[in-house]
Formats: sequence, C-alpha cells, structure tokens
Amino acid sequence: MLIFEKSKAGRKCQNLPECDVPVVTLDEKDKREVKLHLPELSEGELSRHYTELAKKSHGVNDGFYPLGSCTMKYNPRVNEVVANLEGFTDIHPLQPVETVQGCLEAMKILETYLCEITGMKRMTFQPAAGAHGEFTGLLLIKAYHKSRNDEKRKKIIVPDSAHGTNPASAAMAGYSVISVPSGPDGCVDIEKLEEIAGDDIAGLMLTNPNTVGLFDKNILKITEIIHNCGGLCYYDGANLNAVMGTVRPGDMGFDVIHLNLHKTFSTPHGGGGPGSGPVGCKDFLVPFLPSIQVEGEETFVPVRQPESIGEMKNFFGNFLVEVRALAYVMTLGKEGIPEASTNAVLNANYMMNKLKDLYTMAYDEVCMHEFVMSLADLKKQTGVSAMDIAKGLLDFEIHPPTMYFPLIVEEALMVEPTETESKETMDEAIAVFRKLQETAKENAESLHNAPVTTPVTRMDEVGAARHPILRFQFED
Amino acid sequence: MELRAELKYSKSHEWVKEEGDVKVVGLTDFAQAELGDLVFVNLPEVGDEVTVGEAFADVESVKAVSDVFSPISGVVTEINEDLLDAPESINEAPYDAWFVKVGEVSETEELLDADAYQAFVDSES
Repeated sequence: MLIFEKSKAGRKCQNLPECDVPVVTLDEKDKREVKLHLPELSEGELSRHYTELAKKSHGVNDGFYPLGSCTMKYNPRVNEVVANLEGFTDIHPLQPVETVQGCLEAMKILETYLCEITGMKRMTFQPAAGAHGEFTGLLLIKAYHKSRNDEKRKKIIVPDSAHGTNPASAAMAGYSVISVPSGPDGCVDIEKLEEIAGDDIAGLMLTNPNTVGLFDKNILKITEIIHNCGGLCYYDGANLNAVMGTVRPGDMGFDVIHLNLHKTFSTPHGGGGPGSGPVGCKDFLVPFLPSIQVEGEETFVPVRQPESIGEMKNFFGNFLVEVRALAYVMTLGKEGIPEASTNAVLNANYMMNKLKDLYTMAYDEVCMHEFVMSLADLKKQTGVSAMDIAKGLLDFEIHPPTMYFPLIVEEALMVEPTETESKETMDEAIAVFRKLQETAKENAESLHNAPVTTPVTRMDEVGAARHPILRFQFED
Repeated sequence: MELRAELKYSKSHEWVKEEGDVKVVGLTDFAQAELGDLVFVNLPEVGDEVTVGEAFADVESVKAVSDVFSPISGVVTEINEDLLDAPESINEAPYDAWFVKVGEVSETEELLDADAYQAFVDSES
C-alpha cells in the first residue's frame, strides 16, 4: 500500500509553533490551481510505513547480494559516523572559503588518494554517478580534440560486451558509436580493432577487467592502437574493484576514467544513493575539467580551470558520499586497498570453482572479481532459464546475480561475491546454487513459479514493460 | 517452429515476401521465440534507405534490445505502424506482423527456402 493510500485528511506528524511573523496572503494569480498531494499521516503510521517497506526489501544488510558488475559490498558503519560529523553536514557551498577549509582539505586528500590508485593527474567530484561520469569524460575528450582543431573525430569505439551506458553516453555526447566484437576468449578482437581505428575515431571506452570478468591481457596493445590513430582511451571504472592498488588504469594507457565511489569505495547504492562518479584525467586534459578544482597545500581554495567544459553538477558533487569514500580509503590504507581487491578475486574464483562442475562457465579460466555462467544448456535440457534460477535464489534469501548480461553470453548469470563475504556465506550460496540445479532437473515447473516466499512473487515484467504505470493516479 | 513455404528466409532470421514490385520483411518465428516477449519496436521511416546486412529496426524484450537486419537494399515504401502500439503481435503472429515494405530493390542477399532455413536453424542450435 502506498503512502498516499494511507493518507487521512487532517492527520499530521508535527505541531508547528505558532506563527510569530506577519501573515502574508498570496495573490490569487500566484496560488496553485491544483491541490498539492501531500500524504497526511501520524508519526507512528509514517514510521511503520517505512519499516514495512524496509522489511520487504533486500539489501546488503539482509543477505548475500552477488549482483555482478554492481559491487554490492558491505558499507562499513565508520563511513556513516564520519559523514555525519557536524563539520561535514552543517555547511553551505556558498559560505566563505576560510570557514570550510576542513571540507576542502578532505576533498583534496581524497583526490590525491584516488589519483594515486588510478594513475591520474587530477579528478573532479562533480559527476553524480557512473553514467554521468562517462558523459563528463567524453566531454573532456571532445574538448581536447576541439582544442586541437581536430573535429573530424566523430566516433567512439565500444566493445560489444560493454555496459549499455557506454554507447548511451557516447551518443549523448554527440558521437556515433562503433561496436568492436569480442573474440572467443571474451576479450577485444585486436584485428578488428585495428581495422576500425582511424582518423575519425575520437576515442575508445573500455572496462578492464571486462564485463565477462576477465582481465584483457592485450590492454597495452589496445590503448596503443587507439593512441596511434589519434584517439583517447576512456576507462569505465565499473570493474576497478578487481584491481585497485594492483594495476592502475593510467598505467594501462587510459587518459580519462570514472570511478563509482558507490561501488568500489563502499558508499551506499542500489536505491540507497546518491552515488558519486568522479572523473580523473591525465595532465593534458586537466585544463578542460569541470569547475571547480580544489587547489592549495595548507590553505585550500576552489579554482576554475581555464578551458573548463563547464558545470556538470552544482558545486562539489555529492560531497558526503566523497567523505564516506575517504573514510573507506583511509581505513584500508596502502595495504588494505590491494588486499580488498585480492580477496574479491579470490572469492569469485572460489565460488566459480565450486560451481563449475554443475554450471557451465562462459569462460573456463581464472576470473577476476566476478564470473559469468551460461545457462543455455540447462535451459535446453530442462526449460529452466537464467531468470528461473535467479528467481529461485530469492526463496533462499539471496539476491539474484546480474541476469542476461553481458549480451554476448546466452542465458547469462554474472556473479560477484565481493571481498566482504565470508567463506561460510559463500558456502551457503554455493549449496543453494547446487540445489537449484537439482530442482531444475527434477521439478522444473516449481522454478518457473519462483519465488513463492517473498512479499511479491513472480513479477509480470512483460506486462510492466508493455503497459508501464509510471506514477500513482490520484482521484482528484 | 512454424515456417511458411511461400516465404524466403535470411540467416539473420528475417522473412521476405514478394508483393509485386515491393518486398515485405518481418521476423521469423524462430527469432521471436529466441528474443522472448517483445515490449517495444523501433521502425525506420518511409523513404529511408535500407542496406543488406545493416540494421533497419530494433526490437526490445525484457532482456535486451536487438537489431533487426535488412536482407535487402532499397527504399522503405511503407511501415507497419500497428507494431508500434502492439509489439506483442510479433510474438503472436510473426508472419503477419510485417515490419516494412521495401521498393526500388537494388540488392537481395542470398535467401533460404523454408527447408534450407529449417536446416540452418537446426545446425545453429
């Protein structure tokens, strides 16, 4: 039941103090013509409403959440404690710079750390999340070519295994998109890439490890091909969780990157946002960065870049998300950062190896922080699809893996356990996966109906897509 | 899988029907079954050129968006606007749910008859 349906006219949460300023009445012409639909509830009802919603949802605090490529790691509470400090919360972006030195310093420190982790020169925190970061990065690439009067470059290369946001961001930035196929090994087809590379290419967008969970060993060759044709290389930070502190995108040859602080650096996401998608770049792209960069050693001032592409979001982005990421990086430190990635890779390989006798792996080799299985054979034998297995997991209080992605793998399930799961949790999940495989062979029908124990059971996704109801319809 | 003897088929799973000077193109029964329930269709506009092997439309299922490739080169003379509001008709009656009619045909890829297409599909799966 939606909060609007629970509303009772006149009911309220708070008694406002008596008005102690003169009452002003608006002219008729300035008044709303339609009544505001604000729900009216008592505090108790309101509190129960949200508790009820929380009980119906599944988050990282409820159970295993192996949603591939989304890196649903546990978000340490210390991040929240730090982000709730008054000095960080009770500020305004327009207050005098000398009164927010601590906040500017926090941003500066985080920028320094993230640049060190990624091999970039500077970073902007304005982008609100990953796709916004991609768009920002592409505008940097565009500004760079424009500054060189090299505006014949109209195309961005994106692998066929890429996240859908990559081609979408390229199109948003005014580029046409060329898809480069993956080879049988799941990595970029170098020969095809060489054929495509030319003086009409503005750049390449890539994530490494790639979306099938493999580290593209040809990465230096790939970035070299793009640089040789005059293009720039964009790193989608979606999968940085596998390599942080071990390999730097900057050293792989990338010129501009985005990070997802809400994935890799343990800030809330998955409905709990807001996110943060800082964009880092090499030296030669710094002049184009969005305003405003924090400069200074002891005192800190915001400085506008000379050839800035302009504002991507107001002020400093989602600042408190940045504070949480800073708390995470400082907690882990120089040793902890690579260790987190190593454990993420270890956990994924552990699960993959405990499942590969029953589930067909799309690429049967050492994976990075996630692995992709193909349920095409199972579907052929039993009629049970990747969707059915994913839904079946819900009955065991496990969040489904990413489904039907990447598109180059048929009936794909993409599992990313993350480093924050214990061996026991993974063993339980492995047992559930194995049990579901048995169920598929013995009682396929039951899986077509899964889940049956959840607050809402199998959704009519087709109906929802064909006849979307996008908002609550009020009676008046 | 339903096939119709009077139609020709492409290896990218489109069917082609000759109607005088124009050729009618749609998705095969095999294609619609593989794609699953369709929820959205994008069609070209009348007057657009289509080229052998290039995408001229796309279809969206709950899982993914897929390109529909043209088995012929020519100019679109008519589109099936009914599909835009009722993408499910592709799932329900793939051989009635035509996408486009193409005139001024300059090239047609090598198409298969029903038996050859059946054999092709069998060899693929």
